[in-house]
Amino acid sequence: MTGFSDAHVWLVIAGLGIGTYLIRFSFLGLVGDRPLPGWLLRLLRYTPVAVMPGLVAPLILWPQATGGQPDPARLAAAAVTLGVGLWTRNVVGAVAAGLVTLYGMLALLG
Amino acid sequence: MPTSTPKITPAARRAFLRGMRGAAPFILVIAPFGLLFGVIGTEAGLNIAQVMGFTVLVIAGAAQFTAVQLMVDNAPTVIVLATALAVNLRMAMYSASLVPHLGRAPLWQRALVAYGLVDQSYAVSILEFERTAMPLPERFAFFMGSFLVISPFWYAATLVGAQVGTAIPDSFALDFAIPITFLALIAPALRTLPHIVAALVSTLAALALAGLPYGTGLLLAAVTAMAAGAATELAMERRA
Repeated sequence: MTGFSDAHVWLVIAGLGIGTYLIRFSFLGLVGDRPLPGWLLRLLRYTPVAVMPGLVAPLILWPQATGGQPDPARLAAAAVTLGVGLWTRNVVGAVAAGLVTLYGMLALLG
Repeated sequence: MPTSTPKITPAARRAFLRGMRGAAPFILVIAPFGLLFGVIGTEAGLNIAQVMGFTVLVIAGAAQFTAVQLMVDNAPTVIVLATALAVNLRMAMYSASLVPHLGRAPLWQRALVAYGLVDQSYAVSILEFERTAMPLPERFAFFMGSFLVISPFWYAATLVGAQVGTAIPDSFALDFAIPITFLALIAPALRTLPHIVAALVSTLAALALAGLPYGTGLLLAAVTAMAAGAATELAMERRA
């Protein structure tokens, strides 16, 4: 690592470690058992479905492994995973179906 | 003053095991990702202690990759920290949304949960808390189970990557394990119209804002999607 001393690296590790911990601790630690206002609770109810799809959508449409080009095998695998997950509500089954589709399509399309 | 040893009830033990089972599929994601960080970190010139320092103390893959990349690019330390922390800001939303479920737990438990609040343990736990009512000690046990089943793989895989220096070849397409596991998890949670609206808005907004730096696009998309979900819920209540 050019121009970075050991101490410098540790400074980054410490800063990032403490900062990340404080972000994670923030609400859980400081709000604790004080009641949150109703409007905020209503918003927070949608946190997982509001974050996770946005987290994975670019990875599905523009995978880094294909240089950002949409890839039929990965698109099909995503669709099958979502479909099986919606239909069976079974997480492990949906993962398995998605992986089978991915590797099947990759083998098929070479 | 007599100290009371916290009793682990059979129900809490079962919840812990259910948490482990729920998060187990994510080992598929965590292991290759940890391996890759070990390799990249070592190639960037970090020693093993530093690589493990990142993995154990920061324990946030995407932010770790960002920080190492910026250090290799000789970015100023302030920029390295600010950028990598921005990538982690979504975890403040995780923290807030856990308040109704774990806010009453003792401080030491909340402090532990905060350390283990990674994408996977959060997703598995919050979806379970929404689906199944259980007492607070069981919720805590479930969360810890979901975290403790994946974290050893994260640490160990990083160590192996740093020692061995080879990641899993791209041809295994394990990059796609991340979208597959999260999609599988989120699909069963799409059980009401507001949830579906939130997920759609999140997807479209994240794609539209993908050009924004440091994960800010995802933050904006998430806030917009939360508002869309809440607004849909309100509109349905009014109509009902």
